[in-house]
Amino acid sequence: MTEMATRDVAGPAGSRNASRAASPKGGAAPAAGRRRRGRGRGPNTSAWWALFFLAPTGIGLGVFYIWPVIQTFYYSFTSWGPFGGHTFTGLANYRSLLHDPALSSAFLNTLWYCLLGLLGIPVSLVLAQVLGRRGRKGVSVYRTLMFLPVITMPAAVAIVWRWLYNGDYGLVDELLSKVGIKGPYWISDPHTALIAVAIVGIWSTVGYNMVVLMAGIQGIPRTYYEAAELDGAGPVRQFLSVTLPLLTPSIFFVMVYSVIGSLQTFDLIYVLIGPTNAALPQSQSVIYLFYQDSFINNNRGYGAAMAFVLMLVVIAVTGLQFRLQKRWVHYG
Amino acid sequence: MRAHKIAALTASLALTASVAACSSSGSSSSDGGQVTLNYAIWDQTQESAMQKIIAAFEKQNPDIKVDIQLTPYADYFTKLQTAASGGSAPDVFWMNGPNFQLYAANGQLMPLSSLGVKTADYPSSMVSLYTYGNTLYGIPKDFDTVGLWYNKALFDAAGVAYPTANWTWADFQAAAAKLTDKAKGVYGVGATLEGQEDYYDTIFQAGGQVISADGKSSGYDSPASISGIQFWTNLIAKGDSPSLAQMNDTATIDMFESGKLAMYWGGSWDAVAFAGNANTKSNVDVTVLPEGVKRATVIHGLANVVYAKTAHPQQAEKFEQFLGSQQAADIEADTGTVIPAYNGTQQTWVKAYPQYDLQSFLDELPYAVPYPISKDTAAWNALEATDLTKAWDLSESAAAAAAQLSSGMNQALAKEGS
Repeated sequence: MTEMATRDVAGPAGSRNASRAASPKGGAAPAAGRRRRGRGRGPNTSAWWALFFLAPTGIGLGVFYIWPVIQTFYYSFTSWGPFGGHTFTGLANYRSLLHDPALSSAFLNTLWYCLLGLLGIPVSLVLAQVLGRRGRKGVSVYRTLMFLPVITMPAAVAIVWRWLYNGDYGLVDELLSKVGIKGPYWISDPHTALIAVAIVGIWSTVGYNMVVLMAGIQGIPRTYYEAAELDGAGPVRQFLSVTLPLLTPSIFFVMVYSVIGSLQTFDLIYVLIGPTNAALPQSQSVIYLFYQDSFINNNRGYGAAMAFVLMLVVIAVTGLQFRLQKRWVHYG
Repeated sequence: MRAHKIAALTASLALTASVAACSSSGSSSSDGGQVTLNYAIWDQTQESAMQKIIAAFEKQNPDIKVDIQLTPYADYFTKLQTAASGGSAPDVFWMNGPNFQLYAANGQLMPLSSLGVKTADYPSSMVSLYTYGNTLYGIPKDFDTVGLWYNKALFDAAGVAYPTANWTWADFQAAAAKLTDKAKGVYGVGATLEGQEDYYDTIFQAGGQVISADGKSSGYDSPASISGIQFWTNLIAKGDSPSLAQMNDTATIDMFESGKLAMYWGGSWDAVAFAGNANTKSNVDVTVLPEGVKRATVIHGLANVVYAKTAHPQQAEKFEQFLGSQQAADIEADTGTVIPAYNGTQQTWVKAYPQYDLQSFLDELPYAVPYPISKDTAAWNALEATDLTKAWDLSESAAAAAAQLSSGMNQALAKEGS
């Protein structure tokens, strides 16, 4: 609504933008470009300025993200000494990946983290719907409370949850015992450890998902609801037939984001589970195994190969999601 | 327009400058003649003692400043090895037995032959622990043995006589059973899944070994070693110790300090923490470990070492020398944190906490067994954690877990080469 208003007021500017959009590649028409920028000194200077302002981010991206990816790819074909220095070993690391039983179970665990992590989306959706309405009393307090875990350090979160999950003195089992259930040793029992980690994972991302979905809900034009109301749709029907379909782009984004996050689960496992835990084999993720191999066992080359395979998996899973989204995401 | 440009330029320059600032925080720095050394340690309870030693050193050497880098033990060696790989390890740092040979063999430590260290000033087992290829690489800082800590109040409540220096395994097991009171959540002992304080000691007491004398093969497959492991797994199976899951949720030392464990196998270094806790200040005492087939305890100690690639070798050596001096050892002994390695200062430590029978830790010296190490100790330490976990959570027999550990450890040792 407000967006429309400003565009209407800035009428001339709006039409100038429209003329720009009409030329196929933005600045391809130099005459139009010069006229548009008015005070400028030609397209070349403007390109240089653009590069200049992009440089800090661009250089950072190159040095801290892209170059390490290239290096990691190279290192995945090498074997490392305990204090650096490496020799080229060809495909040896990838061959041993195939025969590593710990890796296949870690991939299975990671798959479970992804699936359980997706359960957080319906929860966030309900929260977004409830806390998305304006004017309710104390709504911003609850929004803040739900968002707090997102900005809390994962290590701190995990330490607090370690206390909550404690099988002898923890609050979770204490509450369960009030209703007559003898709770397990959540993080030390191989049957529950993975679920316990996943619950903390969901708890700490629900706030982020909620904010994204809330923005999505607020972006749905009021007119659809008015039309639905005229047709006699109640709140539930409105939610199912208007909100949900028009929210699918936001849900899709949250889903992609949540799956990539789950594929990279590490810090929670590192702090919650720990190395001398009988439940570790049943709960360690690929990244945990990567940490174990590259930094504890000093198999840097092997770790690099593992990281690279995980990167391919992330790309494949995300690609698959983008293919499948055509079937269920509606861009209103 | 002009003002905008200037503002933009300034902003991007500021960004570049802050990036450059990040990269210059190397291992050490010097300005105006004053040199700052980094000293890495892992034990928080010893931090104040180290701080006092540094204060004394800085007083004698006003041009050298020493900063402590405290990293919890769980991450200490991971961080150190990563820093050393990048050529930026601290100038002087703590070293322990399991990691020493890895660093010495790979040229990460500065040889100390030129310092003129009088090796007779330190226990010979500690000097040989930190000697590699006939060269001394570390000056012994302290040493420790393991003792039987017990909670007097829980013994009184159960009507069991306090442990004595004559206790055998059978006496210990009988007492553990009598002291266990599950209704109150009290256990006789905590069977911690820990080598140095627990199963290494019992393996040695049973007449077994962890690694062969030549350091080339595992000792876990011998019947004696297996009975040393069973000592603990039997206590868990009988319920006289909490289960592995319980001990994973709450550390055994925390259980002991909160009066839920009657006995705890702990090191001489625990005295300072127990004395500082109201629950254990005067409620607990210590004696020698019980006797199995024979008497034994693990002896181990730390050393201070100098990083081979330090930017300030002279200053680092000066600090190293001071750390190995009698003056430093006396400061350490006074605080009662650990038994100083400098001969003649140990009695000061014994007197630091008169309420505990700390002499027991020194009485064990004649039969103390050096901590088992090899060139890449960490490789088979990781196997101990994974394989023995299966015996401790009772999903496998001690013999089966030991057999698996032994074959994995032999493979790891074969990789070490000579």
